[in-house]
Amino acid sequence: MFVPCDRGGGSAAPDFKGFTLLMPAVSVGNVGQLAIDLVISTLDMTKVGYFYTDCLVPMVGNNPYATAEENSTELSINAEVYSLPSEKLVVLQIRSPFIKNKYRPFCETLLSWVKSSKCARVVLLSSSHAYQRDDEQLLGTPLRYLLTPDLEKAVGGRMKELNWKEMERVAAYPGISDTDKILHIPGGGITKLLFTESCSEGIQMAVLLKFCSEGDNIPDAFVLVNYLNEWLQLIKSEVNSSSQWKIPSSWRLLFGNGLPPALF
Amino acid sequence: MATFFGEVVVAPSRAGLDEEEEAREETPEDREIRREIEKKREIDVLWTWRSGGCAEEPLVCSRFIVAIGRNAAAFLSSFILDSVCWEVVGVVKLWNEWCRTSSTTNVLPTDSFCLFYRLISDPTVLLCQCSCYVAEDQQFQWLEKVFGSMQKKGLQVTILSTCPVADYKTQESTLTLVSPFLRALKTKEFQEQVCCPLLEQPNIVRDLPAA
Repeated sequence: MFVPCDRGGGSAAPDFKGFTLLMPAVSVGNVGQLAIDLVISTLDMTKVGYFYTDCLVPMVGNNPYATAEENSTELSINAEVYSLPSEKLVVLQIRSPFIKNKYRPFCETLLSWVKSSKCARVVLLSSSHAYQRDDEQLLGTPLRYLLTPDLEKAVGGRMKELNWKEMERVAAYPGISDTDKILHIPGGGITKLLFTESCSEGIQMAVLLKFCSEGDNIPDAFVLVNYLNEWLQLIKSEVNSSSQWKIPSSWRLLFGNGLPPALF
Repeated sequence: MATFFGEVVVAPSRAGLDEEEEAREETPEDREIRREIEKKREIDVLWTWRSGGCAEEPLVCSRFIVAIGRNAAAFLSSFILDSVCWEVVGVVKLWNEWCRTSSTTNVLPTDSFCLFYRLISDPTVLLCQCSCYVAEDQQFQWLEKVFGSMQKKGLQVTILSTCPVADYKTQESTLTLVSPFLRALKTKEFQEQVCCPLLEQPNIVRDLPAA
């Protein structure tokens, strides 16, 4: 699945042992993916490879993080891996939706790659439909986290210090009080599947998600990436502000082209 | 989803999963139905230069030109292909909700087809006219089956395709753009001169040309 970039000189495939894998779920508002774009762009991460997979809709374009003419012509496809060895960080960016019936094989292959490359833990950025919140969730912070049991032991305490809110479980049958509570992440794409599979396979995974709706999700991406930064401290900042993150050039024209002058 | 000026932009389900699809466990009947549909959607690549039963040696190819979509296919028909210099060497047979192609190589311009031609004077030059729509779940298969039959060392691939001007993202309005116009994407291994500007961010290419 993972194909390393040919950096020339016969260099060996990158080693991700002990690294944190940061990745998005394709979810409502594409918030996870936008947040990942901010991380890759701000930390100026180097592309180290891509996923050769039949599970995602194909797409290709020129370098979405281009800053100048010289670096704007590298091809970029739907699932690429970037790394920052100094922070022991490896990032997967997913740029297109899943092909029907292919999300399960993708999750299986992804988790087996996580195990074979010996990543220490996975952090999944995601989102969930804001309109599906219950009365209590409507109040307070729209951010939530989830930890697999293995990671709970390691960092559960840190989440409590940060005063973070764990994603609530809901009744399997709403309205009937005496039922099991289950995890329900509407609009979260593969989030729930990846999380439950990681729990059963002993993979250390954290999910960070934001309740949001479709629309201009750039502010949601900033909120989510700042939330992530509270924990991982990817960029040092005294006050978490949006100006610390660098917007990639590919975010231009998200809402259509310029206007025809004849309109006025 | 409406944008600032009321222009409607299609924003298909970004979660990428149907809620029902996610919640429902697959029963044996579901699995059987899914397998049948998958079989029906399988692609067959039939090479006419291979006689059935002989060893599947790969096709030696130095240049492969692929025209995807009716416009690109028509371009090749009008300016490149003729029955004197080119011979048909293969056909793709597929079915999806949008079109069906057959294994016949005798096609009309209005048919949906996917044919392969070889230059008689240099049999390592291959050309593909793909006027049919290859669905999302078939694109990878098409790729593997077509390129799987070729010896890829030293192969140069050129893909010709068209996109609506309305999909082109630019600072000015597309109304004032002089169209049609060309844009290109190239791998870093391609060292030759490109005949037109490279595709600017944030434009992307999708579907079979992207695959």
